[in-house]
Amino acid sequence: MALSTPGPIRVMEGHVVAFRRLWRLNVMASFVQPMLYLLGLGVGVGALVDRNAGSSDVLGSLPYVAFVAPGLLVTTAMSVCSDESMWPVMGGLRWQRLYHGIAATPLGARDIVGGHAVWMATRAALAATAVSLALALFPATRSWGLAPAVLVAALVGVAFAMPIMAVSIGAELDGVFAALQRFVLVPLFLFGGAFYPLDQLPGVVQWLARVAPLWHGVVVARGLTTGGVDLLAAAGHLAYVALWAVVGGVVAVRRLSSRLCP
Amino acid sequence: MGAPLILAKGLVKRFGTFEAVRGIDVEVQPGEVFGFLGPNGAGKSSTMRMIACVSPVSGGVLRIFGLDPAVSGPAIRAKLGVVPQLDTLDTELSVRENLFVYGRYFDLSRAECRRRTTELLEFARLADRADSVVEQLSGGMKRRLSIARALINEPDLLLLDEPTTGLDPQARHVLWERLYRLKQQGVTQVLTTHYMDEAEQLCDRLVVMDEGRIVAEGSPSELIRVHSTREVLELRLGPDAGAAVDVLGGIGRRIEVLADRVLVYVDDGEAAHAEVHRRGVHAESVLVRRSSLEDVFLMLTGRSLVD
Repeated sequence: MALSTPGPIRVMEGHVVAFRRLWRLNVMASFVQPMLYLLGLGVGVGALVDRNAGSSDVLGSLPYVAFVAPGLLVTTAMSVCSDESMWPVMGGLRWQRLYHGIAATPLGARDIVGGHAVWMATRAALAATAVSLALALFPATRSWGLAPAVLVAALVGVAFAMPIMAVSIGAELDGVFAALQRFVLVPLFLFGGAFYPLDQLPGVVQWLARVAPLWHGVVVARGLTTGGVDLLAAAGHLAYVALWAVVGGVVAVRRLSSRLCP
Repeated sequence: MGAPLILAKGLVKRFGTFEAVRGIDVEVQPGEVFGFLGPNGAGKSSTMRMIACVSPVSGGVLRIFGLDPAVSGPAIRAKLGVVPQLDTLDTELSVRENLFVYGRYFDLSRAECRRRTTELLEFARLADRADSVVEQLSGGMKRRLSIARALINEPDLLLLDEPTTGLDPQARHVLWERLYRLKQQGVTQVLTTHYMDEAEQLCDRLVVMDEGRIVAEGSPSELIRVHSTREVLELRLGPDAGAAVDVLGGIGRRIEVLADRVLVYVDDGEAAHAEVHRRGVHAESVLVRRSSLEDVFLMLTGRSLVD
C-alpha cells in the first residue's frame, strides 16, 4: 500500500482539479489588475506625492510607488482569499453540497477546513507571485524581497480565508457577503495601511486597522521589499496574523462539523 | 447466518425535543438488499444518516461491520458507498473528474482512481459522456454518476437514500437494472424509498416505517401475505359513493374508502365483484388487482404512502 496522503491535501486536490479549468484567466487577472493600480496610483498619485516636500519623511524616504507596491501584493492576497471563502464555501455547504459528499468519505470537517486553508495559501501565493512579476517590471519596485513577501501575502490570505469561511458556514443567506465586502473589506483596503501610513488617520481608525491582519502583513512585506526589516517586530506581526488564521480555522471546523453531522 | 453488516437495537435519533427515530431494531446480512419503506418524515433518512456515520446516535445501539460509529466513523465510512437523496456532485467538473477526485478522498492511488474510473464509466453507461461537465447531464445520468461515484472505493455496503425520486419512468428502470446487477455481484444494499414498486422490485427484505417506528418487517411477498389479502377490488363509485359503501358491508375482509375510490380487500376479486353487482351497486369502473405494498401500508397505518 502506498504512503497515505494527508486529508487536507486530498481535499485540496479536488480544488486543483476544478481550478485547472480557470487558472489562466485567474492568474492573468492577478497580474493585470495590480499593474493598473500601479500605473494609476504609483505613476499618477505618486508624482504628486513625491513632489510634496513633507511626504518623504512620512513615507520613510521612499518613492510612493515603492511604498505602495507591497500594499498591492498583500491586498491582492486578501481579496482573492476573501472572495474564495464566501460564495464557494456557502455553495459547498448549501448549494452543490460538495462538503456533504466529502463527509461521506473517511474525511471530515477538519480535512475540509484544512484543505481550504492549504488551497487558499496556494491561491494567495499564486496571485501574489503574479503581482510580484508585475512589480519586477519597474525599477522602483523591483526587489529580491518580493520573494519572501509572497509568503507573507499567503499567510495574510489564510488569515482572511479562515474567519470568513467560519462566517460563510454559519450564514443563512449570501446577503451577508455584500455587507462583509462593504463594511469590512473595502474599508480595510482603503484604510488598512496599504496606500499610506496609518498615522495619517485619526487614532480610532488606526486602532481598528491594527486589529485586522492586513496592516501587519503589509508592514512586514514593506520591510522585506524596501529593506530594513526588524526581525523581532516582523515575528510579532506574523504571529498575530497567524493567530487570526488559527482562531478562524478552529471556529470554522466546529461550525462545519455541527452542520455536516447534526 | 454470519455477523450482520448492520445491527441496530433500540436506535433513537432526537433533534432537540423532536424524536425522528423512536427505537428501531434492524439487522442487515451480507449480500442482502434491505429497504426502509415509508412516507416522508417517517425517519428513514435520519436512520440512513446514522448508518452512514454522519449523524450521531441519540440512543440505543448501532454497529456497522461490528464497529461503533461514534468511535470508528472514518474507518466505517472507508468501506461505505453513499448515494444521498440530493446529488452532491461537483457540477463544474466533468464526469471523469468527479469520479477521480472522489477516489482520492478515499486515498486511492492516482493510478487506481483512473483504473476504477474507467470501469465505473462503463458500469454507469456514461463512457461516452466521460468528459462532459456534470451540469449538462440529465437527472438520470446524474443519479447514475452518483451511484458510480459511491462505488469508487469498492464498498462492502451501499446506502441509497431515495435513489429514483424525481426521475422519469425510463430513467428509473435503467437505474433499477444497474442496482440489480450490483445485487447479483453480491453488493449489500440498503435503500430508502416511498415508492412501493421500487421496494417490490429491489428489496429482499424491508421494514415499513411510520412516525419513527417500524410497523412491519419481512419480504415484500410476506408482508403482503400477512398484512393484506391476495387481491384487491377497486371501485370508482361516482357521486353517491357514501350510500353505496353502506351496501357493501360484509364483502371481503376489509373496505377502505379513499377520496377517489373504494378498495375492497378480498381473496377472490372476481367473486367479490359479482357480489357487488348482485347487491345492485353500479361502479363507474372496476379493477381487480394483486395486493401491493401500498395496501400493506394502508392496512397498517390507515393512510396512503404518497399524499
